[in-house]
Amino acid sequence: MQPAEVRLDGIGKSYGEQWAVRGVNLHIRRGEFFTFLGPSGCGKTTLLRIIAGFVFPDEGTIYLDGQPMDHVPPWRRNVGLVFQNYALWPHMTVFENVAFGLRERKVAPSEIERRVMETLKQVDLQGTENRRPSQLSGGQQQRVAVARTLVIQPRLLLLDEPLSNLDAKLRIDMRIELLKLQRDLGLTTIYVTHDQEEALALSTRIAVMNGGRVVQESTPRQIYEQPANEFVAAFVGQSNLFSGKVLQADPRVIEVRTDDNLVIRAASSASAKLPERGDEVLLSVRPEAMELRAAGSTPTGANQLTGHVAASAYQGSFVEYEIQLAGRALKTYTINPKGRALFQRGQGVVVIFAADDVVIVRSDGE
Amino acid sequence: MAFLLAILIAFILYPILRVLWIALSDETGNLTLIHFLNFFRRPLFREALGNTLVSGLLVVVFSGLISLPLAYIIARYEFRAKILLQTAATLPLVIPPFVGAVALQLILGRSGMVNLLLMRWFDMTIPFMEGLTGVVLVQTLHFFPFILLNTVVSLSNIDPSMEEMAQNMGCHGFRLFRRITLPLMLPGFIAGSLLTFIRTIDDLGTPLMLNYKNLLAPQAYLRITTVGMDDVDGYVVCVVLVVLSLISLLAARKYLGLAEYATVQRSAPVTRRLHGKKLLLVWLLCGAILGVSLLPHIGILLLSFSKVWSFTLLPTAYTLGNFAEILFRAPHFIKNTLLYTLLAAGLDIILGAAIAFLLLRSRLAGRNLLDAIATLPLAIPGVVLAVGYLRVFHGWDFPGLGAPLTSSWVILVVAYTMRRLPYTVRASYAALQQVHVNLEESAQSLGANRLKTFAKVTLPLISGGLVAGGLIGFVTSCVELASTIMLVPRIELGPISYGIYIYMQSPLGRGAGAALGVVAILLVSLGTYLTHRIFGGRAGNAFRI
Ligand SMILES: Nc1ncnc2c1ncn2[C@@H]1O[C@H](COP(=O)(O)OP(=O)(O)OP(=O)(O)O)[C@@H](O)[C@H]1O
Ligand SMILES: [Mg+2]
Repeated sequence: MQPAEVRLDGIGKSYGEQWAVRGVNLHIRRGEFFTFLGPSGCGKTTLLRIIAGFVFPDEGTIYLDGQPMDHVPPWRRNVGLVFQNYALWPHMTVFENVAFGLRERKVAPSEIERRVMETLKQVDLQGTENRRPSQLSGGQQQRVAVARTLVIQPRLLLLDEPLSNLDAKLRIDMRIELLKLQRDLGLTTIYVTHDQEEALALSTRIAVMNGGRVVQESTPRQIYEQPANEFVAAFVGQSNLFSGKVLQADPRVIEVRTDDNLVIRAASSASAKLPERGDEVLLSVRPEAMELRAAGSTPTGANQLTGHVAASAYQGSFVEYEIQLAGRALKTYTINPKGRALFQRGQGVVVIFAADDVVIVRSDGE
Repeated sequence: MAFLLAILIAFILYPILRVLWIALSDETGNLTLIHFLNFFRRPLFREALGNTLVSGLLVVVFSGLISLPLAYIIARYEFRAKILLQTAATLPLVIPPFVGAVALQLILGRSGMVNLLLMRWFDMTIPFMEGLTGVVLVQTLHFFPFILLNTVVSLSNIDPSMEEMAQNMGCHGFRLFRRITLPLMLPGFIAGSLLTFIRTIDDLGTPLMLNYKNLLAPQAYLRITTVGMDDVDGYVVCVVLVVLSLISLLAARKYLGLAEYATVQRSAPVTRRLHGKKLLLVWLLCGAILGVSLLPHIGILLLSFSKVWSFTLLPTAYTLGNFAEILFRAPHFIKNTLLYTLLAAGLDIILGAAIAFLLLRSRLAGRNLLDAIATLPLAIPGVVLAVGYLRVFHGWDFPGLGAPLTSSWVILVVAYTMRRLPYTVRASYAALQQVHVNLEESAQSLGANRLKTFAKVTLPLISGGLVAGGLIGFVTSCVELASTIMLVPRIELGPISYGIYIYMQSPLGRGAGAALGVVAILLVSLGTYLTHRIFGGRAGNAFRI
């Protein structure tokens, strides 16, 4: 089966007064790994269920391979869905679970046997076919759920937080398995998660959602490096946000006086329109872009802020510092400085970062 | 612990063992199976056993047939008449089956309303109420709600994603029901059916009222009351009854265990709205069910206000005299009922809480024995317990009473307490399970001793469950007839159910009997309403054991 292409055209769904999703326009291309990312209750599951056909939208239309799905029930869509709780049927063995969809499609018994075994092998579950779901571990159950969906060769794979019930270590292993499987099969996949790391690691593109709307749709790199607004900057990864007024703007560098009276220089990007003097802007700087120097040293750099260490947390691969400035606190990450001494609580430091690392998230001049 | 065990052994285990022993021993005190061989040699008993099995099975099958579609509609669809359907499903529960039997006689009996009409219009009659047919009809009408409630619970316990997944795989409609829904709900459904089966073979009142004697329960009753306390056959019949119930109970428990696996993890089950033709159909169905479930109530209400009602469609003269009779001339029936059942419910709450506490929080040996004996009454038909009591407590003065226990009303309270004990034990057990031990431990670490902890932390948290169990005990004891009828020492010590039975024996007393029936319905309705009011939907769970 050829992987599908999906188009969401002005999708909206309300429960009573409240809109679960609203005004969603997306185009998901063949073979993509597309992720809906957002906090709990933002409408990710609703959107996925609309695509699967369990919820009919109040507004807009879904197109699968160009066909409108307005009146197509779930059992005619040939899209595979993996539920967050796996929804394995407890009264059937692993084999029967995986064979279910093929039996529904009236596939010949010998063919069923062959394809089920092949798929179980694909997800590394040989030898479990006669067990009941309750006799499997969480990770194994998750793989049965995936196998059950893959075996029918759906044109589209929908995954609703498939890793959220697994423990942290297994989650990372399964993440890589899932990635390999998807890339091998070339299957169009829509993935739902509230875990930004997962989204960044797996996706070809991400739609960040908030309050039922898509607030940014882009590649993982762009989402992280060029967050389109305050919400994305804060939700995806950690961010130091500064709001302030433009002091002066020239084509090379923009100078901003923040509300807590710091002066920050940002490189102006070629693409965006240049803000004008007096515009209100919001700036974002990632913690790992900030470097720390002991107070008294005379470093160079576009931005230098002095303060002292308010707290530090050793994380193994990096150290997280909270730096107290005159009016506010900053968060910074320092790659584990093997052997070198860590900064101590109370120690004076200079925070430096390049103008290139400052992202203008919003500017009301636009 | 020892005290509790002693009580349970004295009032549950020992009487049953005595019955068992008499059935299994000969005059010289040796073990023998000869009585059982005799039992199976007598055509009368073989027939009674067969009839009991057949009627129980038919009641369960018919109830299942009514319940499955209704349960599916209630669990899966949203429509305004749903409340009607749910009411219809609780109505039969508030009318004791033997009262319903009388009422249905008036409506469907040989000279009841329907047959009079049929006679007038088509010159024919249909023997709805004759023999086993009548028993099955009355019992189906009374017991189908148990199966219905159970089926609704089983259905709503299915995780909706189980069905959605199947739809996603291309399965829908009746195939979906057959391959996914039915297998997932079946264990719960079977368990409910088995428990209902136990109730039908326990039901002594219906066959007595319909004057159909060829079932095991009435046979046991008649043997003991007419042939005498020393007639071995009566005891053999009792043992057969217990064995049947016990097997059903054990099977039900096994299936209930199986039913656990399909229960919900996600929030609310998905319900759909109904439209158009389907909606109309459902409305008609609701109307029909409500109408039929209301028949006994209407019959008994009419009878309670009637002065003369025979061979006519409706009563020919009305009166308030029946209520005057039971409220002023013979008020002791109502008073006795309140006294006995409230006492029994209170005792049940205390015993139930203590037993549940020991089961869950102590490490004492003998807990399993305690649990087993406390559950046993579920499998002991009322007749059998009564026979055991008569055998054990007859003829010697009970300490502190100055008379044999069986000649005092106390025996009724004891019987009610023991018969309904499983409900409070289960209810408090479930409630106590919800209370995490940490809650008690943190109270203790803050300086409260064990007793204080129980009084200040545990008891308030489980009081809801206790009251629920007590209320259910109260409601079911109010209309208990099987053991009552055998244990009442003197007429003036009898409760409502006994009064109804006595009144109904004579055509002249039927009106007063019906008036008592109305009071019973009101009491049970009140208890049921309170249970639901306080505990919402969870109240139904207590009936599931
Ligand atoms: N069947 C329903 N009835 C009423 N409201 C609903 C229903 N399903 C979803 N909602 C509401 O719609 C909104 C979006 O829900 P949805 O389940 O899509 O969120 P989600 O992004 O998947 O959240 P989570 O990460 O917690 O799974 C929520 O506010 C929710 O309360
Ligand atoms: Mg969700």
